[in-house]
Amino acid sequence: MNWHEYVNATGKVPEWPYPVRYEKENIVTSDVLIIGGGVAGCRAAISARQRGARVVVADRGFTKRSGSGGAGVDHWHGAVRNPCSKVTPRMYSEAAMATTDGYTNGLVRYIVGKEGWDTLLETEQMGVQIRDETDEFKGSMFRDEETKLLFAYDLENKHCLRIYGANIKPCVDREMRRVGCDVYERICVTSLLTEGGKKGARVIGATGVHDRTGEFYIFKAKSVIVSTGKTQRLWCFAPELRESQSMYNLDQSGMGHTIGWRAGAEFVLMEMTGPVELTGTGYAPYSTGNNNNTYQGVSVVDKNGKVVKYADAYGNLIDTEEGIFKPSQEGSFFIGWGIALDHERMPAHRINLTDPNLWEKVRAGEYEQPFYTDMTSLSKTSRDIIWRLMLAHEGKCRVPIYEQFTAWGFDPKKHLLQFPVGDYSLWSIDCAWANPQSGPANWRAGNGGYLIDWRLRTTLPGLFVAGDGPIASQGCHGESQTAGRYAGRQAAIFARDIDAIEPDPEQIAAEKARCYMPTKAKGDIGWKELNYAVARIMQDYCGEYKTEHTLDMGIRRMKDLLETEGKRMYVSNPHELARALESLSLCELGVAYMEGAKARKASNKVLGFYRYDYPEDTEEWHKLVAIKQTAADAVASRGLAVDYHLQAPYAPDLEDNYQRYSESDR
Amino acid sequence: MGVYSIPNQSGPCRVLAFDAETCIGCNRCVNVCPSDVMIPNPEKGKEPIVLYAEECWFCGGCVQECPIRAITLVTPAKQRLSTVWIDKKTGAEYRIGMKDPLPPNTTPPADNR
Ligand SMILES: Cc1cc2nc3c(=O)[nH]c(=O)nc-3n(C[C@H](O)[C@H](O)[C@H](O)COP(=O)(O)OP(=O)(O)OC[C@H]3O[C@@H](n4cnc5c(N)ncnc54)[C@H](O)[C@@H]3O)c2cc1C
Repeated sequence: MNWHEYVNATGKVPEWPYPVRYEKENIVTSDVLIIGGGVAGCRAAISARQRGARVVVADRGFTKRSGSGGAGVDHWHGAVRNPCSKVTPRMYSEAAMATTDGYTNGLVRYIVGKEGWDTLLETEQMGVQIRDETDEFKGSMFRDEETKLLFAYDLENKHCLRIYGANIKPCVDREMRRVGCDVYERICVTSLLTEGGKKGARVIGATGVHDRTGEFYIFKAKSVIVSTGKTQRLWCFAPELRESQSMYNLDQSGMGHTIGWRAGAEFVLMEMTGPVELTGTGYAPYSTGNNNNTYQGVSVVDKNGKVVKYADAYGNLIDTEEGIFKPSQEGSFFIGWGIALDHERMPAHRINLTDPNLWEKVRAGEYEQPFYTDMTSLSKTSRDIIWRLMLAHEGKCRVPIYEQFTAWGFDPKKHLLQFPVGDYSLWSIDCAWANPQSGPANWRAGNGGYLIDWRLRTTLPGLFVAGDGPIASQGCHGESQTAGRYAGRQAAIFARDIDAIEPDPEQIAAEKARCYMPTKAKGDIGWKELNYAVARIMQDYCGEYKTEHTLDMGIRRMKDLLETEGKRMYVSNPHELARALESLSLCELGVAYMEGAKARKASNKVLGFYRYDYPEDTEEWHKLVAIKQTAADAVASRGLAVDYHLQAPYAPDLEDNYQRYSESDR
Repeated sequence: MGVYSIPNQSGPCRVLAFDAETCIGCNRCVNVCPSDVMIPNPEKGKEPIVLYAEECWFCGGCVQECPIRAITLVTPAKQRLSTVWIDKKTGAEYRIGMKDPLPPNTTPPADNR
């Protein structure tokens, strides 16, 4: 039942069911502290523990299901060293750099290429099925007969796998506990502790607030990994409207970025933003007809049963099912889909999608809406691999799509699934698989993250990062889990060779006072209202087009919001307190994004970055811009080569760096 | 039953439906939820209370955690209307939440676990 039913039935308002002990201190000590127990954090925990470290994981939710990856996965990217793959780690990293003009993480892509397959093999050991064990798909073009692996997107190069990942998070979580990591759940981490309480100093722990009891946690550690996932809620916030359409959960507040920004770490690509899906007007992901990503390979027909062809990125139409899964360019390979790579620049690496002239053809009367996903016309294996494997295992699909649809009688052998009706421009983002309907241009999503070195260490000693979000411009399971596994190793090695330092009591006291202010202030602003205000400032002053002056205005507004309404918050219970702390942190993070935008004095198409006052995209500005807060609370910025990971002090070659820094067992 | 002064419900009102007959009130669903949207029922052994429906992101973790499968994820009305399929032969239209439901399709997912 919901709250309203309970109150109507009993005439009583339920009391908060947990003991509320605001400000009560708990001290937790470890060698390695992991902030965020998503797939990246859990993998980091496991590998740090395997290196002998005492590991503590602090997670906002419940690690069995928390995070973007908590509800499953069907595509495993980056396992380029699987025995069937024709792609090498170097090809993978270089293609990623080429498609983004260098505005990605070449070094992480290389690490993922080197270790992604090993990471997946370990995942199999943890209980995730990654092969067609029962020979159900024997003889299918997607399958390698010897290894029984199943492939997606590119059957010529075979580096992206189809996996049965609905239970991936429970499996990884179970392994994390089995090897002896201590997991602290329902903790909203709110700050990093630094040596002497100083900005820019070594990171020696963190603080957090419990979402049920309101208790205060002080984590002391020799090294810390931030793996808190992506940032939502900054430009786009509408919990009352988003319903099941959301690809994002509200725990993705970007706190992992904010705490590093406050501690003085350097960030890159903060000015890189892209359009968002318009929360509140779209569809549940994967619930409508489409032919992309998880559904790629289905047939598409119009109202009259006329088939819509697939096309390559150059617009050449494709006639056969095999053709859909092959690069049309000799010697090229598809990198994959949904992993933050801009395929406009490098069409040779883009998967095959719908005929780009379809909507012209609709206007010309050649096709009639609605369109339908047609799995009836596929062979049994092709149909089963899409519906019973991919749709049953993809994130947020097992229950909301597979179980729900079949409970209501959907049968892909007989039924056609309808596409949304409307012009393509309504849902140009990712072609209808992910809750389409593009937002207005001033609603953005940020891609910035920590500046990192070949050890996945940030510019603060003792602070490492992993996964989606904290690592700039990344985003997929294979990457998050592989980077997590790697960062865990690095953080354990760091912790092995260094002494613990006691945190500064003043830093803790100040953070504590900040955190519990909403429980004391007789406020009139709730966490949602503050978040809406943050989003308004971001939409108005940090939209697609910017100027120095309007960015300054936005920064002023945001600081004003933090100092005025931000000091007048109310909370009813610890859950609301944690949400309020997230909303407050968004004010600081918004400032960081606007500072990042100010630091780039040139427009840049790849970054989705346009300035009225600096409209040119000049060669001089073809570089990364790193920003940080200095000890005096000023903002400092500097330029770095986009391939800084191949410049001094690093070696000029990817493999040499990997050998030098990876400390791999293999 | 009294008539109470109650604020509007926000967002999708019902995100989870519990089978009150079979729910044993074990609260495993409460504890597995990544966003902590439920609280245990003050009455022991009864179905939990969804307190923060608009924070639910429909991952279905609670449904999978339930030892007796007493929970159904409720697709919001707006989304139910956009999940439409047709019979290829007859052209008949169906959707989640339809008035005269089809019999369920009981084909299991492809996995070996
Ligand atoms: C529906 C859906 C389908 C997807 N399908 C695929 C796919 O098929 N293939 C693929 O490669 N990728 C897919 N992805 C993307 C993939 O799930 C993510 O890239 C991956 O889960 C990121 O892992 P992560 O650990 O970095 O972040 P997350 O999984 O988001 O984990 C972040 C963790 O940090 C915790 N946290 C956040 N803030 C705090 C705080 N303040 N204090 C403490 N803890 C905190 C959260 O509770 C969470 O556990 C999909 C994503 C979605 C949403």
